[in-house]
This record gives sequence, C-alpha cells and structure tokens, in this order.
Amino acid sequence: MMLIKGVRLYGEGDPVDILVRDGVIAEIGPWLDAASTQELTRQEMTLEIIDADGQIALPGFVDLHTHLREPGREDTETIATGSAAAALGGYTAVFAMANTDPVADNAVIVEHVWRRGREVGLVDVHPVGAVTVGLKGEKLAELGTMARSQAGVRVFSDDGHCVSDPLIMRRALEYTKALDGVIAQHAEEPRLTVDAQAHEGERAARLGLAGWPAAAEESIVARDCLLAKQTGARLHVCHVSTAGTVDVLRWAKERGTKVSAEVTPHHLLLTDERLATYDPVNKVNPPLRTESDVQVLREALAEGVVDCVATDHAPHAPQDKDCEWSAARPGMLGLQTALSIVVETLVRPGLLDWRGVARVMSEKPAEIAGLPDQGRPLAVGEPATLTLVDPHATWTVRGSELASIAGNTPFEGMELPGVVRTTMLRGRVTVSEGKVQS
Amino acid sequence: MKHLLSTDGLDPAQATAVLDTADTLKRTLLGREVRKLPTLRGRTVVTMFYENSTRTRVSFEVAGKWMSADVINVSAGGSSVGKGESLRDTALTLSAAGADLVIVRHPASGAAHRLAGWLEGTGTGVVNAGDGMHEHPTQALLDAATLRERLGTIAGRRIAIVGDVLHSRVARSNVHLLTALGAEVVLVAPPTLLPTGVENWPVSVSHDLDPELPALDAVMMLRVQAERMHGGFFPSAREYSIAYGLSERRFKQLPEHAVVLHPGPMLRGMEIAAAVADSPRAAITEQVRNGVHVRMAVLYHLLAGEEEAA
Repeated sequence: MMLIKGVRLYGEGDPVDILVRDGVIAEIGPWLDAASTQELTRQEMTLEIIDADGQIALPGFVDLHTHLREPGREDTETIATGSAAAALGGYTAVFAMANTDPVADNAVIVEHVWRRGREVGLVDVHPVGAVTVGLKGEKLAELGTMARSQAGVRVFSDDGHCVSDPLIMRRALEYTKALDGVIAQHAEEPRLTVDAQAHEGERAARLGLAGWPAAAEESIVARDCLLAKQTGARLHVCHVSTAGTVDVLRWAKERGTKVSAEVTPHHLLLTDERLATYDPVNKVNPPLRTESDVQVLREALAEGVVDCVATDHAPHAPQDKDCEWSAARPGMLGLQTALSIVVETLVRPGLLDWRGVARVMSEKPAEIAGLPDQGRPLAVGEPATLTLVDPHATWTVRGSELASIAGNTPFEGMELPGVVRTTMLRGRVTVSEGKVQS
Repeated sequence: MKHLLSTDGLDPAQATAVLDTADTLKRTLLGREVRKLPTLRGRTVVTMFYENSTRTRVSFEVAGKWMSADVINVSAGGSSVGKGESLRDTALTLSAAGADLVIVRHPASGAAHRLAGWLEGTGTGVVNAGDGMHEHPTQALLDAATLRERLGTIAGRRIAIVGDVLHSRVARSNVHLLTALGAEVVLVAPPTLLPTGVENWPVSVSHDLDPELPALDAVMMLRVQAERMHGGFFPSAREYSIAYGLSERRFKQLPEHAVVLHPGPMLRGMEIAAAVADSPRAAITEQVRNGVHVRMAVLYHLLAGEEEAA
C-alpha cells in the first residue's frame, strides 16, 4: 500500500492524500493517515509514504510518437533506455514507431517490441505497425495480423515516410476500420520535398538550404481529411507543424471528419531561427517553422483543434549529428523534456491549465490510441497510473544526463519549469524523486 | 580575421582592405619574371575539395604558391575522404598535421561554418571556397575587385545579377558584398529561380532583363547547371536563352562603359553569346586573373595580417 500525501489533483482545489492499493486508487481525501494506519494494522502491511507536498497529480502521460530504435539502432536507444527516459518524463505508455531495422511491418517484430516492453516494465510499450511493407508506400502490410497479434496493434504509421499514394492511403484508412485502428500519417508530399533541408522561408533561402514548403504538409493533410471523410475512417495527423495545417484541421473537424492531430514540443517552442548555426541538432522532419506557426500551434493545442502533444522522440548517434547539415539525420530527443516545454509554452503564458495538460498529454492520446487503462480520471477505483509534478521547480537540460543513449537534445543548457518527481504505473513506482526504480 | 566563411556580415572596411591588398599585390607582381613573394614561407595551406572545381582550386593553389606557402591539395576522390571519413575527422586530422589554413569546397551549405566550429581552438583557419547553395565569398571579392578596376568605384553603381539566383552561392555572396559596398543590385530571373523571401533582400527584383539593360553599370551572368535544365525550373534551354541570355542584341542595349561578368564555366550560346563573352567589355578572363590576387590577399589577411596585429 502506498499513500501519496499533500498533492493537488490536476492542480486544482486543496491538497489531498491518495491511497493506492493493489494498483488501484483506493481512497482520495484529506488526511488519510489515520484511516490507512488502521487498515494497515488490520492487514499487517507496511505503508509506503510519498510526500508530494506542493506537487500536482496528473494521469500518466501517453506518447503516441516515440522512436525506440530497437531493433536495429541499439547504439542510440533501446526499449530499456527509452522506457527509462519515458518514465522520467512522466510517461506511462509510449507508442514505438515502426521505422526500425527490420521494419515493424509484421507480427514477429511487433510482438518482439511488445514483449521487450513488458520485460522492462517501466511503461506500456505499444508497437506501431507499418502501414506498408518496408515503409515503401507500395503494398499494405499485414495490418490485421499485427492487430490480432499479442501486441494488439491499433495504431499504424509509415512515419518518416508519407503514405503518399492516394489509393494506398484510401485503402489503408478503409481497411483499418475493421480493426478499430487508426492511420497516423506523416504528412509530407514527397514530390514537393525532394532534397528538402529546412522550412522553406527567408532564413533557409539565405543559408542556401533547400526548402521544405508548408504546402507539402498541408496538401497531404487536406487530401487525407477528404479521404477519411469519404471512407468514414479514422485519421491521425503526426507532428503538425504549420498554421495552414491547423486551418485544414479546423475545417475538417467542423464537417465531421474523424481526424485527430498531434504537435511536438519542439514545434511549440523552436523556430527556423535555429538554422543560423547550421548545427544539425536542430534538424528535424517536419522542420522547425516560423514564430507565427509556433504561436498558432500553441493556440490550436489549447483550443483542441490539435488534440495532443506527442514527442517524436528521435535518438541519433553523435556521428549522425556532428556532421554537415545535409548529411545529418533529422530528429531530436523529446521524452524527458516534453512536459517542461508544455509548461513553458502553454501553462506559463496562461493558455492551458493543468487540467488541460492532463488532456493533451494523457487523456486525448489514450483515447486516440484506444487504450482502456491509460488517461483515466484520478478517481477512486481507477488504475493508479499517474505522474506527480513539481510545478515550481526548474531544471537545466543536459543531453549527457538524459536516460537515452543518444544525447541529441535541442534544449541543451535551457532552464525549464516543471519537474517530474514520481511516475506510477498501475501502482508500481517507476520513477521516484527523479530516479528510475527498476 | 581568422576565417573567411561568408560575405554576409563582412565589415565593408575589412572587405575594402582585402581589395586594396589584392590591388597592391597585383601591381607588385606586374611585369615580374619570378612571381613569388616570401610572405607566407613556412605556412601550410590545405585545399579540401569535395566538388569538382578546376578554376577555384587552381586559383587558390597558385595564390598560395606565389606567397611561398606550402600548398597541399586534398580531393574527395584520392584520400580517406573517399573512404567515408567524416568531414569533422578529416578537418581535425589536417589541423593536427599542421595545416594553418583549410580551404574547403563542399556541396553541403554550411560545411565551412561547421568546419570552423570543429577547429575552434586549434589555430587552424577556414576559407569557404563555396558551400552548397550558400556562399562563395572569394568569388564575390574577385568580382568586386574586377568591378572596381573597370568602373573605378562600386558605391552607387547598378549591377544586375542574371539567372539561377536560387541555387547560386555566387549570387548570395555578391548580393551581400556589393550592397555592403554601396552598389544597387538588381536580380533578374524567372520566379522559379529566385529564393523565397527575396523581396526582403536589399535588392530589386525583375523577371525581365531588357528594361534593366540601359541603366546598368555591370551585368553578372550566372551559370545554369545542367540539373536545373532538367529539373523543370524552366521549360527549355531555348526559352531560357531567349528570355535571360545575354545576346548580342541585348549587349548593345548596355551603356558603353558597362562591364560583363561571368563566374564561369560559361555555357556559350545559352547564357551568353560567344561574341559578348569575347568582347573587350567582358571581364571574364580578368576575373580569373584577379581571382589569384584576391586569394593571395585573403591568405595574407588570414595568415600574416593576424601576426602583424598581434
């Protein structure tokens, strides 16, 4: 049994205590010590006490977009190190993208990832299945077999590549209706982004970096929304990066399209101003956009047009970043910094309260992925899957001190607000005082 | 000056000092049988060329040799570069082996900036000899030297840069340098070959060459690379030539004193009529000649000038 003391649920109301028994929230109320002590005496159990004075309790975070790199690039991240990073970031479930080597386009690989995740046990690791064989965009992968495997895949994505063929995309959307699944699209019209290196704008033009135009994202999102509406299927848009995409999403939602969308922490904070140093730690796909895109994305997330935050956590080896810009791989770490960036960009400016943080970091992503026991309310009888955050503390990001093997964080040296103190997965403490409990 | 990475942000006084040194060197060497100065004896200059380039590499090599520096050429094909060694490792190796200055040509924009970052604290300087679509500062300096020589001044002169501005590092470096030196620059190109946001550059922009010609003091024709011709940036070489080529007819529209420049290599007949390229008002071989002196001046300011200051 465990007693969390002095915590404010969703940052609201007076501090309360939470009694956790058998992985479930057993009681919530002020001053539960006496009652729990009584029960302890009766059951001859010990009571573990978590002093959470001044902290905020939120449902455990769910990341729809994580690259765990196993199998294939275990030199940059493994399911074990990625799970640790996730738990430290306050996550209790992550979706591992399919672009591993070999690709997670079949039941064998997704079951392997799922099983490794269970063995590590720090977060629920849900493999994402590839939409097409080898992420090539040509032939549907065996979506049904992956769905019916032990891994129970419900989210499918060719992330890193766009399912650009409209007919393949249509079939994928239609087919997953029977699987109660969702297609998560990496929206990038490949013909418009040949050799693209950075957001197509004045900054990239001056620096001689080939442009990645906003229209390459927006045109695919518009097309896919039309296909989703046509087929009645469910679409999820990965890493929305432009103001124009927000307009398209708003329009599609207004006409009843079953579409959801995510935004990454880095697209909520960083802009293409970062290009000036040519340091590829800032290279990511889709690229960092402009100040006005950032502002629109923040407002869209607060408003709900963009549903949730997803990290696109992408570990890369030093040699794949410490090189010239065009040779570098795109992507950046995100799991351990996500909450702090959300606090910095939305909570502090007053765009989002902590109830809203619970919505965009936990409830919505759990709903989109169809996870029954994540993103649940903090209430008696619900799973004790939660995160305790110190809203007043700050920390300084050091890539070398993060749990990931790779250290490619664009937030290096930044002092950020919001520190995860405790993460709990079905009553099991996975992080205590910022340390992984394995 | 430790590195020469771009003309963007280059102090006009510094640029003028380089041009003045180039001028002095040119006059000093004029008519000499042995064109060798002892200035950089004992200094080691390495050229690292990751793209084929005869003219720029040779120009730097001659410049180094005339200054008595030891010049070593590394090309991507014939060294560990070809075996997949990273740019960073190659640079650190060359620095450790005693290079005082690394001159780099690379297809990636920003490669010279990255190199300068990696060599921080080693004492090895970097000269950008062309990085992707970004900059080619010594080309801009030699163009400025040529214009100054032919026109007397650069400030107040109207100079058109014509052609594939989008992909051109020569155009970018020239825009920064010429505008910093007080010239009016007009970019002439089809919309598909102009960079995003060019309307905010300190230049004017036109899609039509003919009306610009009578007011120009100089016209700089850019090279059109073969891959652009097949990349759908314009319908055909013929149409490009009709709209943007410097034909004899157009040449006659220029004022008498106007200078014609081309960074080379030229596509005769397409970008520029043969008769125009060979006319005495074209300064194309003069550009190459000045290139050596300007690069000597750059080496001098980077390697010897620093010592004098210290």
